[in-house]
Amino acid sequence: MGELKLMKGNEALAEAAIRAGADAYFGYPITPQSEVIEYLMAEKPWERTGMVVLQAESEVAAINMVYGAAGAGKKVMTSSSSPGISLKQEGLSYIAGSELPCVYANVVRGGPGLGTIQPSQADYFQSTKGGGHGDYRQIVLAPASVQEMSDFVKLGFELAFKYRIAVLILSDGVIGQMMEKVELFDPIPRMTDEEITAKYPWATTGKKKGTQRRIITSLDLDSHKMEEHNHHLQEKYRIISENEVRYELIDCDDAEYIFVAYGSSARIAQKAVQLARAKGIKAGLFRLISLFPFPGKEMAALCKKGVKGWLAVEMSAGQMVEDVMLSVKGCAKVGHFGRYGGIVHSPEEVLHAMEEKIIGE
Amino acid sequence: MTEEMIIAGFGGQGVLSMGKILAYSGIMQDQEVSWMPSYGPEMRGGTANVVVIVSDERISSPVLTVFDTAIILNQQSMDKFEKSVKPGGVLIYDPNGITHHPERKDIIIYQIEGARLASEMGNAKIFNMVVLGAYLKVKPVVQVENVIKGLKKSLPERYHKLIPMNEDALNMGMNNVVKLN
Amino acid sequence: MSTVTLEDIIKPENLVYKKTDLMTDKSLSYCPGCGHGTAHRITMEVLEELGLDEITIGVAPVGCSVLAYEFMNIDMTQAAHGRAPAVATGIKRVWPEKIVFTYQGDGDLAAIGTAETIHACNRGEKIVIIFVNNGIYGMTGGQMAPTTLPGMKSSTSPYGREVEMMGNPLKITELVAQLPGTYFVTRQAVHTPAAVRKAKKAIKKAFENQRDKKPGLSFVEIVSNCNSGWKMTPTDANKWMEDNMFPFYPLGDIKTDGQLLK
Ligand SMILES: Cc1ncc(C[n+]2csc(CCOP(=O)(O)OP(=O)(O)O)c2C)c(N)n1
Ligand code: SF4
Ligand SMILES: [Mg+2]
Repeated sequence: MGELKLMKGNEALAEAAIRAGADAYFGYPITPQSEVIEYLMAEKPWERTGMVVLQAESEVAAINMVYGAAGAGKKVMTSSSSPGISLKQEGLSYIAGSELPCVYANVVRGGPGLGTIQPSQADYFQSTKGGGHGDYRQIVLAPASVQEMSDFVKLGFELAFKYRIAVLILSDGVIGQMMEKVELFDPIPRMTDEEITAKYPWATTGKKKGTQRRIITSLDLDSHKMEEHNHHLQEKYRIISENEVRYELIDCDDAEYIFVAYGSSARIAQKAVQLARAKGIKAGLFRLISLFPFPGKEMAALCKKGVKGWLAVEMSAGQMVEDVMLSVKGCAKVGHFGRYGGIVHSPEEVLHAMEEKIIGE
Repeated sequence: MTEEMIIAGFGGQGVLSMGKILAYSGIMQDQEVSWMPSYGPEMRGGTANVVVIVSDERISSPVLTVFDTAIILNQQSMDKFEKSVKPGGVLIYDPNGITHHPERKDIIIYQIEGARLASEMGNAKIFNMVVLGAYLKVKPVVQVENVIKGLKKSLPERYHKLIPMNEDALNMGMNNVVKLN
Repeated sequence: MSTVTLEDIIKPENLVYKKTDLMTDKSLSYCPGCGHGTAHRITMEVLEELGLDEITIGVAPVGCSVLAYEFMNIDMTQAAHGRAPAVATGIKRVWPEKIVFTYQGDGDLAAIGTAETIHACNRGEKIVIIFVNNGIYGMTGGQMAPTTLPGMKSSTSPYGREVEMMGNPLKITELVAQLPGTYFVTRQAVHTPAAVRKAKKAIKKAFENQRDKKPGLSFVEIVSNCNSGWKMTPTDANKWMEDNMFPFYPLGDIKTDGQLLK
């Protein structure tokens, strides 16, 4: 068993970066995720593992530092919260176009604009449908516990390098700020420069005479080549969709009414399931872990087993619910419930919404 | 066993760290715990609160609106959270600075004069440990030995000399909590 | 009289100039007379002469030189508009033993990327910045740049830059020279053989500073023409540059060995 600690989600994320053998973290402070860079600066991983930590002048600079270091074959990470993530979109689009691996976290707060520093899940569209410009996707993992804040950093780097893609850990103020017991995984040593050069032939590490030079770019002025590149990207996203779907079913075996949720909303909905069961309602929870790829097929298959209704629970005005509808349309009733703007819904409200909107008539 | 509780008071009263010590003690006895603070500008000088859950099972929602126990340490928090105690639940409060005392009849109400006792002990900083002692007397969700074990694990070595004083404060709280109804 | 054929001329013993292998064989996409090509070439020659090419990673900007990676025969990363100093920071921080440089235009470096430029300079990143100032946005068709001179015409200042309304030209090189993080700051040109020799010496010094781990960033501005953007012939453009750009952007070293010269 790994080391047991009581940690905030943000701290667990930071500690996991060090343990995952990350080479660098570039970030910029913003509530509610500043603990990530604060923890790293206090922990001095440059003394522990040689990991670089740098406070950039902006989120724009931070993501471009990630771009440069990732293009040079290193394991890099950044994190921010909603307004800062908006600023990173240009860089993320370049990372998608150049097919670079990286992990980043969004500890979501309420918007739009400067909004609030309180928890929210209103960045679902931005996270799963592209965010920046161009036809691209990124893998989105939604931790629902401090444990997963840690575990998904390790998993995130594995997926990022397997597919040369950005992996987003989509968290929120609840998961980032709360403390829970976390079992830390054993540290993975950082790769040596020689290992990196050997393992990632695409990385810009200096062109040896007589070898092919490496170019990290997302540009091609020849539209036919660009279309080809886009085909390649789409094929990659398809393969990811087939192989990297992740979700958890709680009390779904006999469930007639199922809550669909991710992150902190999933935890709240899980409590709503308990409250419902206590009232004799056969409720269950479909917890999304990967938001892209979205477990739509699995949802549809479950729906055919006698589900009467679904309630999408998210701290937004209704974003994820669109994907739920696309998945189970025609099979059962779908509704949405969510508080937003920084308000976190209560388990009682969530159950009440299921009773009113789905079971009701 | 699942204990869902809130500790609410002013920033600076040690509300968040009291919750942390409780959570840490839960880990020491192999329980599941969660600690969800209020965060942001609300904390600065204003009110601070933290929801702590200690359970034998996997914890579902870390965010709650009703509680088995509320520990209330200022008037604003009393106004906000007296109504959030489940019927049959427990409310523990320090009367210091309280002008409107709790009135509910369907909950059990305790008083602990934490501020007075801590200053009598000559250290206002152990206030939160006095209150924690009172709570553990009423609700022994974690054993005192595990609180001490948790303190030892979570505090840097240089603070370990303060542990006996914290233990005294816990005992002071346990011995002085008063049931009002 | 015998006729001289090409074969007669192209012989090893007649070789007077050889293109460095660090420039690819791809023909340059720049307008004839543009300074970018020369600036590329001397940068690559310096890397070759210093024997640093195998450990160098270059960062290309967005601007006419976006395709620098097509011409510079080394490992390169193409950065988003203005972000090259941040991208270079990322690379240098994780590969401190490599040589890292950016190559940027004035719009890229002194408008959209001002924050990245100033902060990379101020942090004293151990990188080289080569800054080609042509007083205009060449790539997008000759719009006003932060460096466009007062009264100078561009497609977005068709009656000349009116300072009152459009603001003043930015001498960012003088500005970064004030920062403690810069070690070497100089302004050069590449419009005459003599200027090219000087510019090359400056670029060499910049890379030597990085190689020798000198404390700070080396910043080389090259004032250049953009004959297309300025709507002049290459010769007129160079003349205009000497008469108008150089008085405003005087050539020469501004800071050497971490010391301001004036
Ligand atoms: C975010 C963004 N905004 C605008 C552009 C359009 N754009 C491309 S190059 C350029 C100006 C380049 O000027 P400069 O840096 O001076 O380079 P030059 O072409 O003159 O060498 C602009 C505005 C872009 N590519 N990206
Ligand atoms: S447009 Fe100007 S800067 Fe661009 S290649 Fe032509 S002359 Fe050079
Ligand atoms: Mg220009």
